[in-house]
Amino acid sequence: MPTISFDGQEITFEPGQTIIEAAMASDLYIPHLCWHPDFPPHGSCKLCSVKVNGRICSACTFPAAEGQEVVSSSEEVRQLRLRLTQMLFVEGNHFCPSCEKSGQCELQAMGYYLGMTDNHYPHFFPVRDIDASHPHVLLDRDRCIFCELCVRASRADGKNVFELAGRGIHTRLVVDSPSGKLGDSNLDVNDRAAHICPVGAIVVKETAFRIPIGQRKYDRRTIAEVSVAEEAPLLRKRYEQKED
Amino acid sequence: MTEQKYRHLETAEHPETLRRVAIDPVTRVEGHGKVTLLLDEDNRVCQARLHIVEFRGFEKFIQGRPYWEVPVLVQRLCGICPVSHLLAGAKAIDRIVGVDEIPPSAEKLRRLLHYGQVLQSHALHFFHLASPDLLFGFDSEAEKRNILELLRTDRFCDIALEGIKLRKFGQEVIRAVIGKRIHGVGPLPGGMNKHLSAEDRACLEPQIDEVIRWSQNGLALIRNIYLANADYHRRFAVIRSHFMALVTNRGSHELYDGKLRVKGDDGRILYDQLNDQTYTDHIHEQVKTWSYMKFPYLAALGPEEGWYRVGPLARINTCDFIDSPLAEKARQEFLQLDRGLPVQASLAYHWARMIEILHCAEKIRELLADADLYGGELEAKGEKRHEGVGIIEAPRGVLIHHYCIDEDGLVTKANLIVSTTHNNTAMNESIRQVADEYLDGQVLTEPLLNRIEIAIRAYDPCLSCATHAIGKMPLQVELVDAAGATRQCLIRHADGQVVFQ
Repeated sequence: MPTISFDGQEITFEPGQTIIEAAMASDLYIPHLCWHPDFPPHGSCKLCSVKVNGRICSACTFPAAEGQEVVSSSEEVRQLRLRLTQMLFVEGNHFCPSCEKSGQCELQAMGYYLGMTDNHYPHFFPVRDIDASHPHVLLDRDRCIFCELCVRASRADGKNVFELAGRGIHTRLVVDSPSGKLGDSNLDVNDRAAHICPVGAIVVKETAFRIPIGQRKYDRRTIAEVSVAEEAPLLRKRYEQKED
Repeated sequence: MTEQKYRHLETAEHPETLRRVAIDPVTRVEGHGKVTLLLDEDNRVCQARLHIVEFRGFEKFIQGRPYWEVPVLVQRLCGICPVSHLLAGAKAIDRIVGVDEIPPSAEKLRRLLHYGQVLQSHALHFFHLASPDLLFGFDSEAEKRNILELLRTDRFCDIALEGIKLRKFGQEVIRAVIGKRIHGVGPLPGGMNKHLSAEDRACLEPQIDEVIRWSQNGLALIRNIYLANADYHRRFAVIRSHFMALVTNRGSHELYDGKLRVKGDDGRILYDQLNDQTYTDHIHEQVKTWSYMKFPYLAALGPEEGWYRVGPLARINTCDFIDSPLAEKARQEFLQLDRGLPVQASLAYHWARMIEILHCAEKIRELLADADLYGGELEAKGEKRHEGVGIIEAPRGVLIHHYCIDEDGLVTKANLIVSTTHNNTAMNESIRQVADEYLDGQVLTEPLLNRIEIAIRAYDPCLSCATHAIGKMPLQVELVDAAGATRQCLIRHADGQVVFQ
């Protein structure tokens, strides 16, 4: 098996694997928000940035190659990820104190993981529409980080309900329906797209605050621990299915 | 008759000719407020006002949010009694999801939470904020009037420490029910999200007898202080008002649920068992240009006659009995102060507050032994409505939350009448009484000005909670340079006109 050096540790990888896949297959965490083992990589959040042979690369899209020296845990890389996370916070309207996703939110957990204590950048306070027209699913665009996981999941559902429109600061999450409203789309509450959002942008209605504090996903475990426990097995399963 | 005896001190005829003295900020209260006095050349007080200088706007920015988010969002109004807003919001949302009665387990959990909250809030107010005035004296040095100095003083350190531990216990009760001491999560539309754990019971139960003893010590302390100089305390900041509070259908003292009762200054019950869902028929609000806080009054009596007081004093004055034995005994003794008539002395608020601490401790003991806290249904369902009102007795008095939602479940309207707001006219009357009785014609000194603050503190106001007159009072933004000089001033008037000065 070919190997790469990951933070000084030799790890094996299968040809065709990206750096994040190689690391996760060895239960080594690389921070990420837009990557998910069940979907093709998107490479947009840049949280998985690592140094490969001295160059910054996105681990979710960069293929692992024999002899690579990958640095993920340096202070320089942590600082880079911290700034990216702070940008995500200020670009949207993320009000953790009243958000129903608090304690279960990957963006919030990432902030804690990276030692974020302030936003650093000035808030944009964008004006974005909330869409509560669907009987069972709420779309709160204030919290969207444009990771496109809902877009990819909806594609996998065979529906294409979601898409990103516009560019740069004008990017927005749009819905494929005659009115542009979620209530007029063919999204079903059981679709994967209704449950994949890493933040609180797409939530199932009337399920808020049911999990007591202390029992929420990130109350007792870091995002790294949760990711290795929950996503690494999904990745291994995918490769096992490939081999079969 | 409850006419505002000191109303003539609200607005001076020629303020431009008068000297202005400001107490800014008012200290040892929650939030930011100031008092302004206008004096003539003979130091006669011509105007006295309590101003609330903060601006919040929760009623506005909650619009467009989903209804299930409301209780958790609005509890951020306050860091002292967030549980009050959490529960009032939750009760309103219960109504919106069509639940008029939540299951017994859920209600008892909410009650436990609320008793913990009232206990800690009262302890914080009395021991940390108010007691230094009462123990060291109104005229003591300003530097001494704080809880740390009490802890450093041999004769007060034990009781001060008990006060701190009382608050800690109340906070622990809150944490046990909603996961955090401040801004936790527990109430759901129509219920609660968990039972009390066996571990939390094992933590709280062994402490409760001691907590009751500390509560009794605190009650004895304020009783003895008050009676030691009864005539002065009875007259200080005294005003005559009606009182409003929730009572049960049997007329007993109630904090979490119940119906509104108004008792007149002469002891007659003016209104009883008013339906909380129709509060707008009974309570109207007046706006004045000089305060962000509105002035509620009884609609049937009008703003001049219909003002009233809420809070511990109102609750003790208004109820027929308290359903816990030690607190009920204390209530009966308290009511002897004015031979069975409603006690009007503003400083009697402290005594009433300590009766309620004891009541809360007794009820917590009772509830911790109740099996419903540890098992049983937690949630009820109903037919959705578009409007809901929730009223509870917050530590500082009647708290009203009112929401309307649209077809999609988003909030279209919110109205909050916060406890301190109900007391707005009364607090202004009290400071005017103090200004008139003790400051008028005097050379002002710090101890004299402290008397104004003592009158305000008696009400335990939560000024940050109470600022809701959105769009009615001019909104002023000042740009101040490093030297403290105002460089630019932007004012948005009530009519929406924006002016640069």
